[in-house]
Amino acid sequence: MSRFKKQGSKEVPAISTSSMPDIIFMLLFFFMVTTTMKETTVMVRNTLPGASEVEKLEKKSLVSFIYVGPPHNKTVYGTESRIQLNDRFANVSEIQEFVAKEREARDEVDRKFITTSLKVHEETKMGLVTDIKQELRKSGAFKINYSTRKIVERRM
Amino acid sequence: MADIAFLMLIFFLVTTTMDVDTGIIRQLSPPPPPDAPIPDINKRNMMSILVNSHDALLINGKPGDINTLRMEVKDFMSIHPDDPAYPVVEFKSFDYLGEIPVTKGVISLKNDRGTSYEMYIKVQNELAAAFKDLRDDLAMQKFGRKYDKLIDENIIEAINLAIPLRISEAEPEDIGGK
Repeated sequence: MSRFKKQGSKEVPAISTSSMPDIIFMLLFFFMVTTTMKETTVMVRNTLPGASEVEKLEKKSLVSFIYVGPPHNKTVYGTESRIQLNDRFANVSEIQEFVAKEREARDEVDRKFITTSLKVHEETKMGLVTDIKQELRKSGAFKINYSTRKIVERRM
Repeated sequence: MADIAFLMLIFFLVTTTMDVDTGIIRQLSPPPPPDAPIPDINKRNMMSILVNSHDALLINGKPGDINTLRMEVKDFMSIHPDDPAYPVVEFKSFDYLGEIPVTKGVISLKNDRGTSYEMYIKVQNELAAAFKDLRDDLAMQKFGRKYDKLIDENIIEAINLAIPLRISEAEPEDIGGK
């Protein structure tokens, strides 16, 4: 029975760290695949309204965003909802130009699939949203997406 | 090696976001030519929904409730031949579906400039839910499964054609002020 007798020291050997880079690389690849780059810094408060009947926005590269909401910096820009195009505040009249530029930046074959996503703060009045929609209609960007949070249905 | 990987990991954590963009997708209509005639829609075929600047609803001239809107829209758009209280029904044939009755009903949505965006989205959501229910019913009746469980693109397309999202949005009016 002496064959099973323990020999040598009873100390626990140190954990090998040679596989750590592999683990970290795996994490890195996971994050690279699942996340998307932040493209603009949002300068407006942007709490989106909730809705249950939502669809997922496909083809991120074919989506242009329009942010609307009360500015973060109240002392400079006031509390009224403003439109943010790319990295600056804009007027309603600048939307047509924005749409034209967005269209210019895409491939010709993809141009008709461009979706305009409206990220509008929930307290914004419809007047401003309607003005934006009218401008989009004039500039031919007919496919729009009202960006919302997904909420689970509670009725029935 | 691990340090470099860590550095890249942290870089990606900081510069990227994970949020999935979801939303209600709608198609806008092209602006009408200035001399376009006002389309003549039979009163019977139209359900008008008005939202005022206090976020209150008026459905066909009567005060409405957002919680019952879905049912009312679904009821209005359901098929009731020979009932003057419901829109006109006509028979049309579609690929994969055959000849089925379709309603000529239209939902007319009009909001004030002072309506909050939150309320507008709620109404749009209820309308979308009502149309989804109708599509579910048709899919269930024809193919024995719900609309979003359908796999064949052609069948989905056919159902979309049979029950189109007939929502007409009127130009808003400034009644209630800001």
